[in-house]
Amino acid sequence: MVVGGARVASDGYPSTHRRRIADRVFRAFTLLALLVIVAPVIWVIAGIVARAVPHWRWSVLTTNTVGAGGGLDNAILGSLAIMLGVLIVAGIFGVLGGVYLAELAGFNRNGKQRGAVLRSATEVLAGVPSIALGLVGYLALVVEFHWGFSVLAAVIVLSVIVIPYIARGTEVALRQVPTNYREGAEALGMSTGYSLRKVVVRSAIPGIATSLLIALAISVGETAPMLYTAGWFTGTPKASLFHQPIGYLTYPVWTFWDYPSDQAHYLAFDAALILLVMVLVLLVIARLVVARSQRFAENRRN
Amino acid sequence: MSAFVPFVALVLTVFVLAFKAWPAITVNGVHFLVGSSWKPGNVYGAVSTTGGVAHPFGSSYGAWPAIAGTLESSAIAIVIAVPVSIGAAFALTERLPRWLAEILRSAIEILAGVPSVLLGLWGALTLGPLLANDVYPIVANHMPDVPFFSFFRGPTGHGEGLLTSGIVLSLMIIPIVASTTRNLFAQVPALPKEGGEALGMTDWEVGRKITIPWVRAGIIGATVLGLGRALGETIAVAMISGSLLNTIAPNIYGTMGTVAATLVTQLDSAFADGTGFEVRTLAELAVVLVIVVLIVNTVARIIVRRTGHLAAPVGGVI
Repeated sequence: MVVGGARVASDGYPSTHRRRIADRVFRAFTLLALLVIVAPVIWVIAGIVARAVPHWRWSVLTTNTVGAGGGLDNAILGSLAIMLGVLIVAGIFGVLGGVYLAELAGFNRNGKQRGAVLRSATEVLAGVPSIALGLVGYLALVVEFHWGFSVLAAVIVLSVIVIPYIARGTEVALRQVPTNYREGAEALGMSTGYSLRKVVVRSAIPGIATSLLIALAISVGETAPMLYTAGWFTGTPKASLFHQPIGYLTYPVWTFWDYPSDQAHYLAFDAALILLVMVLVLLVIARLVVARSQRFAENRRN
Repeated sequence: MSAFVPFVALVLTVFVLAFKAWPAITVNGVHFLVGSSWKPGNVYGAVSTTGGVAHPFGSSYGAWPAIAGTLESSAIAIVIAVPVSIGAAFALTERLPRWLAEILRSAIEILAGVPSVLLGLWGALTLGPLLANDVYPIVANHMPDVPFFSFFRGPTGHGEGLLTSGIVLSLMIIPIVASTTRNLFAQVPALPKEGGEALGMTDWEVGRKITIPWVRAGIIGATVLGLGRALGETIAVAMISGSLLNTIAPNIYGTMGTVAATLVTQLDSAFADGTGFEVRTLAELAVVLVIVVLIVNTVARIIVRRTGHLAAPVGGVI
């Protein structure tokens, strides 16, 4: 044993030298891990841009798909229409569900909060693979109800997929509203419903809006359940909820990427680029909403 | 009333799948779970009837290769994702200046938001060929021919297959595990960590002996939740795995298929089956998938419930 030197190994402690090396390895590993996560993000985005931009034609935005070529006007409009439908259906049920869980569920006689079963169901539903929900949509809505591949079937299935996120996001946003606000509203003599509408929900709007934007980003990026419910349509979307398939942006990527023609590849990457831009715009807006609402919050998240 | 929507949707999902799958369950029997041939039969030929259920002549369904592929690819994803997520969470909470950590956190959020079809496109056209040309052959040639490591030897293919699928799957679950772990690390109080440092512990020792044990249950919960996501991931794996029906990968580079990928790639074939038996069989496959994923998720929730909440990709908790 060398006191004060590098080796104290005879006491059963690892040597300082070895500990220092282990620490260096650890520090290098943490930075490497971060690189392993961040590099693919840049790589995926750059890769899609690099493959789509050289062949980019603006006519892609204005013409419909013809076979495995042509443009993507039908898919873009279809995706936007489906997003609007999801925003309405999932927005209403998700936000109201979240409000119920956070504000109205109350307590039962044992002092436990009610709604535990409903909250668990929401969490469980969030874990069900989207392909399984798509298959259920096909079996129940497309076949059993004779809706055929249709806009409404797609919107309902996508809504079921994203409602858990919206409900949970709404519930969390409402729980972060300070209790003082509710007490103040009550002290002013407001009824529960009035104070919910005018005070509580209003202060939670940034959080709710964020969860809606995330839900839209999820629904525009879904592929598997759409194949089972929306079908595919190369014409401009029609204003019909039933018996009318609709185009959407993930279909050309999924279908045309391994077709044996350059035309099809260009279309797949054009669709990928448009999809990427839509998702990034939604995520950036969501991020800005969060940042803006936190700038004035009392307890800023670190 | 709106709060009941997820509950109703869940009940209907289970009911519809079980109801539709029941004839297939009775006909396919146990062979469905252990058999390894997936044959839709002659959909244009004669119709056979087994136990009162019509199905095409010669149809026989065994999903074991798909089940094995699902388990293998998810296991690879977890093995990669957990250490990377923990390392990145350390870098984000302990090492980097806050402005840089914020930017990198945004990158992780974007990774969570990238549609799986785009990750599949990247994995199939960019990452897969690159690994198959430059990385897999080197690994395959240097692995010793002993049990376990011999799984890494042999032909390396063209980039489609088990390992590439696992790597892309790991990228899809890293956002869940990493953001949860980061939030958990941020909750570890400073005093124990400072105490450890005052005793002369290195950062690695503080991390290994104080920070990680403090939040271990939460990390395990997030990992199991990520596992549930990996098991059910469909489109990216369908693009990268090779989407085979009757093949278990002979080595880690081999092409294979998964349960979820089979559900989407057999869609057209199922529509062509006039008796509807293949759709029923796909429903049975979905029942298997849902049961496994629900068990995994329930375990995750139980573990996490003791430690708090999981992090969502963007904007707080889920």
